[in-house]
Amino acid sequence: MPDMSSNAVVEIEKLNLIFPAPDAPVHALADIDLTLQAGDFVSFIGPSGCGKTTLMRVIADLETPTDGHISVNGMTPSEARKKRAYGYVFQAPALYPWRTVQKNVMLPLEIMGLSKQEQRQRAEKNLALVNLEGFEKKFPWQLSGGMQQRVSIARALAVEPDLLLMDEPFGALDEITRDHLNEQLLKLWNQTKKTVVFVTHSIPEAVFLSSKIVVMSPRPGKIIDIIDSTLPRDRTLDIRETPEFLEISHRVREGLRSGHSYDD
Amino acid sequence: MTDQQPGTKPSHWDRLYNGQILPVVTVILAIIVIWYAGAVYMNSDRLIDGYERAKTDWTFSDLVEDSWSMERPILPAPQQIVVELDNTVIDKKITSKRSLVFHAWVTLSSTLLGFAFGTLLGIVLAVGIVHVKTLDRSLMPWVIASQTIPILAIAPMIIVVLGHLGLTGLVPKAIISMYLCFFPITIGMVKGLRSPDILQLDLMKTYSASNSNVFWKLRIPASIPYLFTSLKVAVAISLVGAIVAELPTGAVQGLGARLLAGSYYGQTIQIWSALVVASILGMVLVWAVGFAEKLTLRQMGGQSQ
Repeated sequence: MPDMSSNAVVEIEKLNLIFPAPDAPVHALADIDLTLQAGDFVSFIGPSGCGKTTLMRVIADLETPTDGHISVNGMTPSEARKKRAYGYVFQAPALYPWRTVQKNVMLPLEIMGLSKQEQRQRAEKNLALVNLEGFEKKFPWQLSGGMQQRVSIARALAVEPDLLLMDEPFGALDEITRDHLNEQLLKLWNQTKKTVVFVTHSIPEAVFLSSKIVVMSPRPGKIIDIIDSTLPRDRTLDIRETPEFLEISHRVREGLRSGHSYDD
Repeated sequence: MTDQQPGTKPSHWDRLYNGQILPVVTVILAIIVIWYAGAVYMNSDRLIDGYERAKTDWTFSDLVEDSWSMERPILPAPQQIVVELDNTVIDKKITSKRSLVFHAWVTLSSTLLGFAFGTLLGIVLAVGIVHVKTLDRSLMPWVIASQTIPILAIAPMIIVVLGHLGLTGLVPKAIISMYLCFFPITIGMVKGLRSPDILQLDLMKTYSASNSNVFWKLRIPASIPYLFTSLKVAVAISLVGAIVAELPTGAVQGLGARLLAGSYYGQTIQIWSALVVASILGMVLVWAVGFAEKLTLRQMGGQSQ
């Protein structure tokens, strides 16, 4: 049963989502039970088609569940979205190409109706947080893929949400850039004490970043294991060589293997 | 030629070799040669008739020389048009009724007014079609049908109806021009306003952005490149519209009026020079829109393809 303490940011009970299709309806999420505590760094990991992105989109009110209960900050996802309770980082940076880096970060703030001065301050602060000072006047195409994704993270942070939803944000990047950004993200999480939900299909990434790992399997998309990490909050990339890290990785891999049916 | 070494300008030989000058010059020369030959061929029948009636002896070189200097040739030679242009563009005062600059200005003003009307109508229709499903279904067929009717068939009706409403002169011409040029703008804008991808729209949804925010901050900026592509087509069409509008209105001013008057009196040289001015005007208009496009896109990120 989900823990009903007041610290719960996201509470999900018996949630199902079925995408209707005339030939064969897709059971994308089956009987999901999950509670996310404030300050957690939660990874959803699983093979493609396991519903990890869909589950996050349900939290963000970008998909509507077929049945079951979900609350975000004690509200329905729709109310939470309207109150701008979360920041969402997509798989692609989704920057608007006609806006400079600064203007891209200011986009949600314009929509929120903040003063120009406040907008500029927040853009400056959050671009500094992702190490992009001095790039304010550049246009997206002048930046590398990793930098673009950092801009999109700054844009999500600028809303100053307590909850950050990140959908495979580093999936398209090379491993070196990804390691670097993972380290930065962890530092950011430590500094800001936000709750982060992170979708990935990389085991090392999930174990390195998370305080809680949710292992999922496809057809129908369901949770098969929830692992509370024993690693300290403060970590560097070196931790990946420790036995503890390898142990957790092993448990994730076992979970993925047991849930995966290779129907070929 | 972006991959050239900075500071090294290509020599003329390079350009010839790279096919920049030689082919262009060759094509122009070929056109001029064909034109002169065509003038002889087209005009020779009437000249030979004339020689025989006057019972004069003639040689081929007489024929060639005469066919390039007739007063009312079937096909005037290029230098006759140049002389006429020199007379009517440079020598005449621009306020004179015989100045082609004056006539070009008359046509240009209804072109620009029609272009402005057409742009406005095109954008308004596109916004309606994109945002209201009923309009998408009900309006689009009419928009397409409107373009299947020959403009020459309805131009007189427009003149009569608007004349009855007290509108004469510039406005009816501009409206005919608008009728022709709103279409590519509507089509381009509909495509442009629908061009944002799902990700960009989802992003707006996570901000719980209002429809007007989505419109002004996403759909409109995304549509600008499409708009300019349409505007380039539309400005050329609106010039055609303005010229066509001068034909049934019995206008005495404007390039269309010059074309009509020229054809009444067999003044082919006058027709050709009006055509030359019209095509130069068209090129200038398209270039001007292209220039505005360049400036705007540079403001919007500058990675113009």
